[in-house]
Amino acid sequence: MGRYFAIRIGRAALTIILVVTFAFVVLRLSGDPALMILGPEAPPEVLAAFRKAWGLDDPIWFQYLDYFGAIAKGELGRSMRDGRPAIELVLERIPATLALTLPAFAFKVALGIPAGIYAALHRGSGIDRAVMMTAVAGFTVPSFVLALLLVLVFAVQLGWLPSGGQDSWRHAILPIATLSLGGAAVLARFTRSAMLEVLGQPYIRTASAKGVPWRKVVTSHALPNAAIPTITILGFMVGTLIAGAVVVESVFAWPGVGRLLVVAVANRDLAVVQCILLLVAMTMVTSNLIVDFLYGFLDPRLRTKGAHA
Amino acid sequence: MPQLVSIRDLRVAFSGVPVLRGVDINLHKGEALGLVGESGSGKSVTWLAALGLLPRHAKVTGSVRLEGREILGAPATELDHVRGGRIAMIFQDPASALNPVLTIRRQLCEALALHRDLQGNAVKAEARRLLDLVGIPDAGRRLEAYPHEFSGGQVQRIMIAMALAGNPDLLIADEPTTALDATIQAQILELLSTVRREMSMAMVLISHDLGVVAENCDRVAVMYAGRIVEQAPSNQLFADPVHPYAQGLIGALPPLDGPRRRLTAIPGTVPDPAHMPDGCAFAPRCALAAEPCGLAAPSLAPIANDRTVACIRAEASRRALLGIAAE
Repeated sequence: MGRYFAIRIGRAALTIILVVTFAFVVLRLSGDPALMILGPEAPPEVLAAFRKAWGLDDPIWFQYLDYFGAIAKGELGRSMRDGRPAIELVLERIPATLALTLPAFAFKVALGIPAGIYAALHRGSGIDRAVMMTAVAGFTVPSFVLALLLVLVFAVQLGWLPSGGQDSWRHAILPIATLSLGGAAVLARFTRSAMLEVLGQPYIRTASAKGVPWRKVVTSHALPNAAIPTITILGFMVGTLIAGAVVVESVFAWPGVGRLLVVAVANRDLAVVQCILLLVAMTMVTSNLIVDFLYGFLDPRLRTKGAHA
Repeated sequence: MPQLVSIRDLRVAFSGVPVLRGVDINLHKGEALGLVGESGSGKSVTWLAALGLLPRHAKVTGSVRLEGREILGAPATELDHVRGGRIAMIFQDPASALNPVLTIRRQLCEALALHRDLQGNAVKAEARRLLDLVGIPDAGRRLEAYPHEFSGGQVQRIMIAMALAGNPDLLIADEPTTALDATIQAQILELLSTVRREMSMAMVLISHDLGVVAENCDRVAVMYAGRIVEQAPSNQLFADPVHPYAQGLIGALPPLDGPRRRLTAIPGTVPDPAHMPDGCAFAPRCALAAEPCGLAAPSLAPIANDRTVACIRAEASRRALLGIAAE
């Protein structure tokens, strides 16, 4: 068990380093921050001074080592735009993003999992087909289309809700709805197929054959088994809590981490982008670790395999 | 002996394709009945249908009476009482027949709680006794283990313990040893016949292995293409099979003593359930088939005390076996 986790934690650290490295290189190859921030009309000596001040003249490997040296000291760099520490800029946006993604996560789970279970238990029924059609629609329609559709109906046509901004809780309804619907659809489909797979297993028939009432067959025999694959997708969703709302925040002018990322990328505000990506990689990796741990908890077969390894 | 289960004209169709085409079985208390036939002949389906364990899209008609009480289409609460409590079933592939995420204790005690009036420590004590009974060593500790920590033979023993938990009157053993090694097979069959004797329980042994059935059953029913074609006491069936299909099955067995002879295979293949021949389903493969065989499916008719056969050429078939030339 200990070894099982040591390997996974090592792998997680490697993943974070790779993500950060990739972001570092791509950002520096894809455009000049001096030009982006100061504009093409800026005098050459100003541009040169800017580059020198931020160390952009140094060879890339030198910048890279410098960057990791700073991280080791807990320094994540400063925004090239206003000179504030990047981490401060990012952290002050996180509550706004979580205000959307946390309720959306709760709705996804509350809608998607029961819908998937219900559809699986009533396979082939009208309700199953309706749930699956909604689910397919829900995850094939891109979130910006869904967002615009919701704006069109509830903000423009009906005038019930604001179309953007962050002034009251009413402003959060449409962004949360957009995030929830897509995620609930994915979760419903996933839960349904996990349930169908489990319901076809011989041990379900064994449980029925020994006289367990159907309701209990579902709750105490099928659900614990179907939870194992479903946890994977839930872990992925937890991983996107920090930066899973880039598109939705942009459409609804919601000042969260996602919008900060879009602006920072456009400006080649290197420290800010890297800081966000580091944070995203860390949440993703952490949620994956939690999922791995839960697998061990839910599936006794993995537990002993880990112990023997 | 009083009758325990009586199945009448049981028919099953999967999305319009008939797989069981009128099965009649009588089973007495304490009796061991063997059900033999090729895969797909409907041996397992018969009992899954009787216990209402088939998927919903299966259409089941006919009658299944347990001590005179109709259980086909009975309400769920009544069926749950019958399953495990009166009629228990064990399956072919023990490894996948137990829930992988629940301990043996949970799965055994669940059956005990459902069918026996036991509380608290008595449940666990009984679970331990059952594991002992089926020959799992160190039962107290092993109760806390998960199915994957046991070997295939041990899992089948646990399945048997679970089936015995409800003190059933009938145990359906659906190919209980097919997935196991030959040596383990013999142990499991031995165990089955011991517990059957001790609990004076009836048993239906579903198998495609004629030897297994001959050794363990009082009576044998041979199934072919969704029907029973011959039914007789074991010793009589193996000594003197009447239906050409039963003869074919037994002719395909190598004799242990006597002169070496060429094993005879039954020519042809089982008909496709979606395109059954009009008359006797075996007629296209039968050496003795005559014109009337293709017209109507023969029904089971008595030919001797406690023997029935569904073949209009039974007499000719019997003579052929005895080597008497048909006139």
